[in-house]
Amino acid sequence: MAVIGVMFPLAGACSMAERKISAWIQGRPGPNRAIPFWFSWVPVLGPILQKLGAFHLLADGLKFLFKEDVVPGHVNKKYFIAAPILAMIPALSTVTFVPFGAYIDLGGNLTPLILANVDVGLLAVFAVSSLGVYSVVLAGWASNSKYSFLGGIRASAQLISYELSMTLAVVPVLLWINAPGTAGTMSLSKAVEFQSQPGFWGGAWFAFTMPISALIFLICLFAETNRQPFDMAESEADLVGGFHTEYGAFKWSLFFVAEYCHMIVGSAVFILLFFGGWNPLPWLPLSSVAALLHITELPLLVGLLSIGIFLGKILAMLFLFMWVRWTVPRFRYDQVMKLGWQKLLPLAILNLLVTIIAIAVIQH
Amino acid sequence: MEAAIMVNLMFTVFALVTVIGAIGAVLSRNTVNAAMCLLVCLGGVAGLFVELDAFLLAFLLILVYAGAVVALFLFIIMLLDVKGSLGGINRNFSTVASLAAVALIIAGVAAFLRNAVLPTPNPASVLSVGDTLKSYAELLFTTYLLPVEVVGFLLLSAMLGVIALSRKST
Repeated sequence: MAVIGVMFPLAGACSMAERKISAWIQGRPGPNRAIPFWFSWVPVLGPILQKLGAFHLLADGLKFLFKEDVVPGHVNKKYFIAAPILAMIPALSTVTFVPFGAYIDLGGNLTPLILANVDVGLLAVFAVSSLGVYSVVLAGWASNSKYSFLGGIRASAQLISYELSMTLAVVPVLLWINAPGTAGTMSLSKAVEFQSQPGFWGGAWFAFTMPISALIFLICLFAETNRQPFDMAESEADLVGGFHTEYGAFKWSLFFVAEYCHMIVGSAVFILLFFGGWNPLPWLPLSSVAALLHITELPLLVGLLSIGIFLGKILAMLFLFMWVRWTVPRFRYDQVMKLGWQKLLPLAILNLLVTIIAIAVIQH
Repeated sequence: MEAAIMVNLMFTVFALVTVIGAIGAVLSRNTVNAAMCLLVCLGGVAGLFVELDAFLLAFLLILVYAGAVVALFLFIIMLLDVKGSLGGINRNFSTVASLAAVALIIAGVAAFLRNAVLPTPNPASVLSVGDTLKSYAELLFTTYLLPVEVVGFLLLSAMLGVIALSRKST
């Protein structure tokens, strides 16, 4: 519950950050007006928060809640209402499989903080997040309009295509962390453990040792979260709004909270696999930082520190998402398909083969 | 004791979800409804797997079938825009086929009820195969290697068939 309590406002804050960062990149002030009248009396803080647009977030949220929730007459009502709800379920339930920090227990072991610590953690994230496609497809279909329909169809083809390369891109990491003879695992915290070992190779993040995997995963992440330059399902230039053309008010905002949740979880998985999880810097694992600060004995502080580091990395990733959105123009649909099937998939398979050979050579 | 009741309750719920989803998938006339019922059914089966502590199977089922295969079904249904029921001959044929299937299931269950003797398993002696990935992999690459290879070959030939069929004639 607490994690969801963090996720929901974070997703909301993302929408605000998106507007502010887009404004910053395009050289305009962005939202800077809304302020409750009683807050404008606060001397320094009031104007600063107003300039930052902090109150637009509250105003937006209230607007979405109180706006009339129109259900157009020509839609398939059952699925039209079910689609935004279906969007939220995978978006919020994948969080349970993502470790978000670690603490040092009394035995001196680093223990991950996670809600559901299953052995197949990574697979679980992939499995549950793959259900996200239904909300887009059903929304597009139920809306009974050509634009939405095209958006839904595009989304289903795109998400399935990029899932392949994405899963192939993480296989090298899993092969590396599962040395022969040990019990196999797919847990994400194990991947972090492997990136916090002493020594030059032990401490290197997988983004340095397996850059191609990291790059493929990142590109697929953009495609899977429907972010520009891959937001084929929305594509407001040619499809008005794509799958959510007919949606408004709270249902519309649910789609977007789900999108931001997917971004957060996706960034979290990316960081855990390739960017060292809760280790602050490469070659500088959390445990040595804790020893440096003399807080090894205080599990609570170490836990908070690790969560803070992890959250900071996630925020950096979210900034990257937005940065790319306002920098790179959208692909054409055939380009998306070509990139996915003819470039990324062969590259991912090749990468897998090369990594398998490299691992075999290193471990002999 | 309470845990056992809970497990039984969960089993009933998941089994009901599975059966209702399956019936819905067969009976509904709207093809999109049928696909969604299939999705619900798969969710129920995944729940049953979770209850058997077979997390890997459950998540693989969701990843492959619920996440990709049914999504592909939905994609095809939407692309072809299938409406209404099938024609007369198909209908007769499917009636015969479903009757045969029902007869087979009834015969199977009846035979099972009459003849089968279920040994009461000792929970300690039951090998838990599903708890680690390693045991799955070991089984797949030793005992069940031949079926795996055969299925892989089947999929490869299906893929080649699709490529051959969809190639534009020049």
